[in-house]
Amino acid sequence: MKNKTNFLPKEGEAQPSRCPDNSAFKQQRLPAWKPQLTIASVLSSFFLTGAFCLTVGICLVLSANSVREIQIDYSDKCSDCSKLRENSSNWNKECHCSVNFTLKDGILGDVFMYYGLQNFYQNHRRYVTSRSDAQLLGRSVNIQRSYCAPFGTYRNGTPMAPCGAIANSMFNDTIDLFYNHNSSVIQVPLLRTGNSWWTDKNVKFRNPDSYNLSSAFAGTARPPYWQKPVYLLDEEDERNNGYVNDDFIIWMRVSAFATFRNLYRRVRRVRHFAEGLPAGNYTFHISYNFPVTRFKGRKHVILSTVVWSGGSNPFLGIAYLVSGTAATLTGFVIAGIHFKLRKKKTYFQKQ
Amino acid sequence: FISVEIIRLGNSFYIDWDRKMYYPLNDTPAQARTTTLNEELGQIKYIFSDKTGTLTQNIMCFNKCSINGKSYGDVYDMSGQRIEINENTEKVDFSYNPLADPKFAFYDHSLVEAVKLNDVPTHRFFRLLSLCHTVMPEEKKEGNLVYQAQSPDEGALVTAARNFGFVFRARTPETITVVEMGEIKIYKLLAILDFNNVRKRMSVIVRSPEGDLTLYCKGADTILYELLHPSCNSLKEETTEHLNEFAGEGLRTLVVAYKSLEEDYFQDWIRRHHEASTALEGREDKLSELYEEIEKDLMLLGATAIEDKLQDGVPQTIETLAKANIKIWVLTGDKQETAVNIGYSCNLLNDDMEDVFIIEGSTSDDVLNELRNARKKMKLDSFLDSDEINIQFEKSSKKQIIIPDEQANGVYGLVITGHSLAYALEGNLELELVRTACMCKVVICCRVTPLQKAQVVELVKKYKKAVTLAIGDGANDVSMIKTAHIGVGISGQEGMQAVLSSDFSFAQFRYLQRLLLVHGRWSYIRMCKFLKYFFYKNFAFTLVHFWYGFFSGFSAQTVYDEWFITLYNLVYTSLPVLGMSLFDQDVDDRWSMLFPQLYVPGQQNLYFNKVVFVKCMLQGIYSSLILFFIPYGAMYNTMRSDGKAIADYQSFALMAQTCLLIVVSVQIGLDTSYWTVVNQFFIWGSLSVYFAITFTMYSDGMYLIFTASFPFIGTARNTLSQPNVWLAIFLSITLCVLPVVGFRFLKAQLKPTPSDKVLLKIKEAKKRPPPPSPKRRLRRTSTRRSGYAFSHQHGFGALIMSGRNMRPKSPFATTGTFSPNSDKYKHKGL
Repeated sequence: MKNKTNFLPKEGEAQPSRCPDNSAFKQQRLPAWKPQLTIASVLSSFFLTGAFCLTVGICLVLSANSVREIQIDYSDKCSDCSKLRENSSNWNKECHCSVNFTLKDGILGDVFMYYGLQNFYQNHRRYVTSRSDAQLLGRSVNIQRSYCAPFGTYRNGTPMAPCGAIANSMFNDTIDLFYNHNSSVIQVPLLRTGNSWWTDKNVKFRNPDSYNLSSAFAGTARPPYWQKPVYLLDEEDERNNGYVNDDFIIWMRVSAFATFRNLYRRVRRVRHFAEGLPAGNYTFHISYNFPVTRFKGRKHVILSTVVWSGGSNPFLGIAYLVSGTAATLTGFVIAGIHFKLRKKKTYFQKQ
Repeated sequence: FISVEIIRLGNSFYIDWDRKMYYPLNDTPAQARTTTLNEELGQIKYIFSDKTGTLTQNIMCFNKCSINGKSYGDVYDMSGQRIEINENTEKVDFSYNPLADPKFAFYDHSLVEAVKLNDVPTHRFFRLLSLCHTVMPEEKKEGNLVYQAQSPDEGALVTAARNFGFVFRARTPETITVVEMGEIKIYKLLAILDFNNVRKRMSVIVRSPEGDLTLYCKGADTILYELLHPSCNSLKEETTEHLNEFAGEGLRTLVVAYKSLEEDYFQDWIRRHHEASTALEGREDKLSELYEEIEKDLMLLGATAIEDKLQDGVPQTIETLAKANIKIWVLTGDKQETAVNIGYSCNLLNDDMEDVFIIEGSTSDDVLNELRNARKKMKLDSFLDSDEINIQFEKSSKKQIIIPDEQANGVYGLVITGHSLAYALEGNLELELVRTACMCKVVICCRVTPLQKAQVVELVKKYKKAVTLAIGDGANDVSMIKTAHIGVGISGQEGMQAVLSSDFSFAQFRYLQRLLLVHGRWSYIRMCKFLKYFFYKNFAFTLVHFWYGFFSGFSAQTVYDEWFITLYNLVYTSLPVLGMSLFDQDVDDRWSMLFPQLYVPGQQNLYFNKVVFVKCMLQGIYSSLILFFIPYGAMYNTMRSDGKAIADYQSFALMAQTCLLIVVSVQIGLDTSYWTVVNQFFIWGSLSVYFAITFTMYSDGMYLIFTASFPFIGTARNTLSQPNVWLAIFLSITLCVLPVVGFRFLKAQLKPTPSDKVLLKIKEAKKRPPPPSPKRRLRRTSTRRSGYAFSHQHGFGALIMSGRNMRPKSPFATTGTFSPNSDKYKHKGL
């Protein structure tokens, strides 16, 4: 006690050498925000989320309901063709079938045409990796070192272009839409480009450099399941041919699930179809090439409009409505429990 | 799991850096010598403590006395109220006495007044203190006296006498030189009636320079009261009152008395004494007979009270630790009386206890019976055949058994001597000892060897599923420190061995409560939170793949981008959880010290066990379900707002991984209860880094350079611009987090754990102004009389009388040193 003042840290005096620094970090006294679950914060979070979810849910359901969609399963309707395709030796025989449908009301606005596949496991791991991105960029690559096998090279060493299981299994039905207008049949004009992502079209896929496409792909062969080589995918449009063909690009973007739909064509809004598809009878003319019976698959053709939230899938809207309702109800339950408990507590305290 | 090491290291550094565990007097900060045990500090159930140097400073100081019915030592203010003694209290000025020991502190001025006024009983009292002892003086320089005392108590008494003007200056076998109020007096030392365990008193017979023969005696009150002259009965009552008061404060008391002797009688007695001391047979008996004959009809002088100075804050620390449900075992080499005495003075034992059992049997059977009786009293059920533990014994006869905690029907203490402990530690008694001892709140083992200390620790480790901590300062504690799960060394007086073999070290016992209740608790909670979150985030992450397996033909296709899988644990989620486990505090240090109950969940390992793990897993499963099926549902058979397809694998992967990352980030935000700047930075930083990295990796340039590595080109741009993707992400977050919020809140409301209740109390208390510091000196109301202060063995009286040891260098240095001038002598409050 006598020397006490010597040991009190004086201001300005140097601390003893081993004394720890008095910093907020080292003394664990950093200023901090200490949120706690209070009744106010919990209830407000529940009610606010509930209200938000309900609002969004209603909007989503309304907009999803405003989508017009026509889905036609043509795997049965073209049963002759599908039987023909079961035997792969008939690969070069053509098979056509047509599917009729009637629109009671016209579909207004942009109309998109999709093909849908069911039970086609595009997300299988071996399948997903079976491609060569470098080849699709137009680079000359050693196919044998890519993951394309067994669809990499033929036995004689000719590389496939494009290689891999994805490319090989490309959807090759052609679907045309005809409008039966006053006993005359008008082909609905369809846009075959602009259906893929800009990045895919312009960055991810490029044809090899050469003065023309057929020479660019010289020394390669088409994949075994293809009917024509890659440089003949679209003979009319040079910029939609080869690797940068939209149908090809879209197919190469593999789906996440076994059931999926890919954008096939868009209705070109000219003449009769400036407002969309008018009411009336229509026919799909389908050149049936893609076999699905072997894997018990189904094929659809879909005509649909879109809204800001996408297509007609009502899932998000319903999910939002359900969670909004649940959150609000839980909010009420929590409030009820809390106030009941508090009443009990104050009751006990009074006694 | 590198994170685990970083967290441990960080928390160890916090211990090193803590200024509240820094002892300025010898410039010692706390030190975490191992970094792997921090979280166990939050789970301690048993503390094994050394006494000397750990609980006490091993310094005695003369604190109070009662002279002729008047009590000295307390300080009163003008109105007669007793004032707490603290460092500001004015000390008695001993400057009139050039030989006074400057370190000695006394606060009651009236005693000096009495000395100065030549009050006869007061003078006689101090004369007695300066004469009746076996202390050896050493005066290397003129006026610089150093006393070598066999026990620190004696030294304290002689030093007190010295300061009040009765300076014991020198001794020869026949004489004692005393400077009495500046006047040199040489007393002839005629006999020393030495101390032993039975007598519990010692006397000297001296002849003053004036020629008076006097016997001075000091000893335990119970013994001396029997020997008093009937004429001092009234004085006896007053003194008894004072003694009770002293004892109540945990002081070690002695009664002093004197007797004037007749010349003739004494000559006769000394002759017989001489005969007896040279007798060949039964010398001891004859001598003690003689002693008893002369030590009677004593005149009571008063009583002394010596404080065995505890280290600062020891009683408070022990009280706090006891509230935290930590059982404290004191293992000491001291005698039973001393140990029990310290037990009372540092609040280990108190009068609120139902009973304090003393095990001192000297055969195996005695010990067994004593242990059984103790247990019978504490918990009668434990002898029934239906008792669970007994059943368990029968089932697993020879195997390792873990004894669950048993609840006694009250608060009990147990004192066991080293001798009995030796029996109790043998084979079949082990279990009995553990069961009985662990039911008691406090166990004191006295006269134990260093090996036994380790054995006791080993025993508890073996039969109890509990984390043990041993704390000690000396070489004799090393074995115990090494045996316990956690060893703590007091870096103090007794060298470095204990510190070197310890896991943690600091300078004062009182820092233990901060180490356990603050650092230990935080470390434990942080580690548990880390583990919980770690398992949660990985369950949520991994199980999504499991669900995806059902939709991808079980082809082991990953849901996420491979880069995301690589970076998820490494970059995106590592820093926020690290930030949480380095900075999180549910309550700050002040509150965790004020509410030691908050420590209890750690002991029972409530924050991370199998149940908690399963809960984490369930939460992870739930989250993974949401994290898979919401993106699935949102993408299934739908398209983007521009009509292009959205359900491609890459878009789905990006959406699912963004959902996951945001959900686990929100979850860590929910777990964090202490948001420092660093936490904010880490959480927001990680999210931004995720988006930055994602956009970079999915950019054109990266694809054109490393075509094979970054096939996700353009996915981020194309997908994250879609409103329904963000709506799906928001929905997943809501569905993952909101139920957790609700569940936690309702759980705290409906089934509050004890710590929830404490937290609620704290929350309420925070609204009020902060409570006053609880550092009030504990008033003990014990009426228990402390034992005879001389706890040493047979004294050195004979040796002194023989003169054989009268060399300048004292041989007592090996048995215990009391040197008031040494630097060790520090006063309370510094």
